[in-house]
Amino acid sequence: MNEPKGRREFMQLAGLGGVVFASGLAGACTNILRKSGGQEDDFFFVQLSDSHWGFKGPPNPEAANTLRQAVAAVNALPSAPDFVVFTGDLTHTTDDEAERRKRMREFKAIVADLKTPVQHYMPGEHDASLDWGKAYQENFGPTHYSFDYKGIHFAVLDNVSDPQASIGDTQMDWLLADLKPLRPEAPIVVFTHRPLFDLAPAWDWATKDGSKAIDLLQHWKNVTVFYGHIHQEHHFRTGEIAHHAATSLIFPLPAPMSQPKRTPLPWDPAHPRRGLGFREIFVDESRLALTLRQDSLEGAGASQPAAASGG
Amino acid sequence: MRAHWMLAPLLALLLVATNADVAAQERVIQVTAERFKFTPGVIELKVGVPVVLELTTLDRKHGFQVPDLKIDEVIEPGKITRVRIVPDKAATYDFHCTVFCGSGHEEMAGQIVVSP
Repeated sequence: MNEPKGRREFMQLAGLGGVVFASGLAGACTNILRKSGGQEDDFFFVQLSDSHWGFKGPPNPEAANTLRQAVAAVNALPSAPDFVVFTGDLTHTTDDEAERRKRMREFKAIVADLKTPVQHYMPGEHDASLDWGKAYQENFGPTHYSFDYKGIHFAVLDNVSDPQASIGDTQMDWLLADLKPLRPEAPIVVFTHRPLFDLAPAWDWATKDGSKAIDLLQHWKNVTVFYGHIHQEHHFRTGEIAHHAATSLIFPLPAPMSQPKRTPLPWDPAHPRRGLGFREIFVDESRLALTLRQDSLEGAGASQPAAASGG
Repeated sequence: MRAHWMLAPLLALLLVATNADVAAQERVIQVTAERFKFTPGVIELKVGVPVVLELTTLDRKHGFQVPDLKIDEVIEPGKITRVRIVPDKAATYDFHCTVFCGSGHEEMAGQIVVSP
């Protein structure tokens, strides 16, 4: 399906204009993977987040196009990612249950155009918090799960189905049981919607019991968390755990606590897609060094998705 | 013995009066929550003057969190949630709803302003 993607090729891609962020995991050594019996080739995946399908308003008058532009931009990457992951808020919330399901169906129809067949999803509070994830599960399946890919263990955590932003003891027990068989140095990637740490509690940018999850994850030495929710890039460490927030596909939000209210940044008609984009995550053969590349939608086509590009 | 029986009502009266005095010292502020606002949106307090916030909701379950004061409450329909605050310094504290309540939840916030 996909051609092998060597580091050199990836770094060439990174040189096309994206912002590269190296997320070094502690204790990198190449024999970990061999011990785990995985393959040795590099690979990359794409994180998209916060498309808020169904949103209408001044912060993004082109909202009906943005998700399609992102799909086209991912399809236009020189190499196809091994998989894509959406870290929540696929749809914008609505009180109307029928409309909620309609938005989810429309979202699925749009992302069906992704050429990458392997796709992973999780809910954001806009998808799940008004009905404890009922409509989401009907359309996308479980809200928390795990999978393995080429020597990395990926765990998807749900910190949004509970409208009070808790993971909950049941899911925490599941996470412990899920990770328990792994060696302490096993590479682990966690996907979630809200930050697990207290980034800005006054703006609801936190998970009520996120510290419990972090305490649990700290038993493993090579953990990286990718999340959404805050509509901007953000990089932070809690101990050995790296946390990376993604830009959104709807409108950017201000830097944490940089202004009195977390209102969306004003839409700029001269740069209608500024601050919108997605992320490529390159995994080297050690499985312990991740390289992040930020792709902006700003260079994407004005209104025709087919004209979009990832640069 | 008879003297004790006569003193008892007087003692009870004194206790009621004492409780009434304490209650009188504590200012009560009614705060209502509804999608997607708190009323009042700005709660004005004085340093050293204790207050009790009586939180109620007009529509559905909401949250009331003041991170800097370590206050984190849930407001259930049909119930009054009481929060006692004794401000110890002049400052402004942000509060917000912590129970996702729909499109507009992000704007459901307010401030406690403590003046000298």
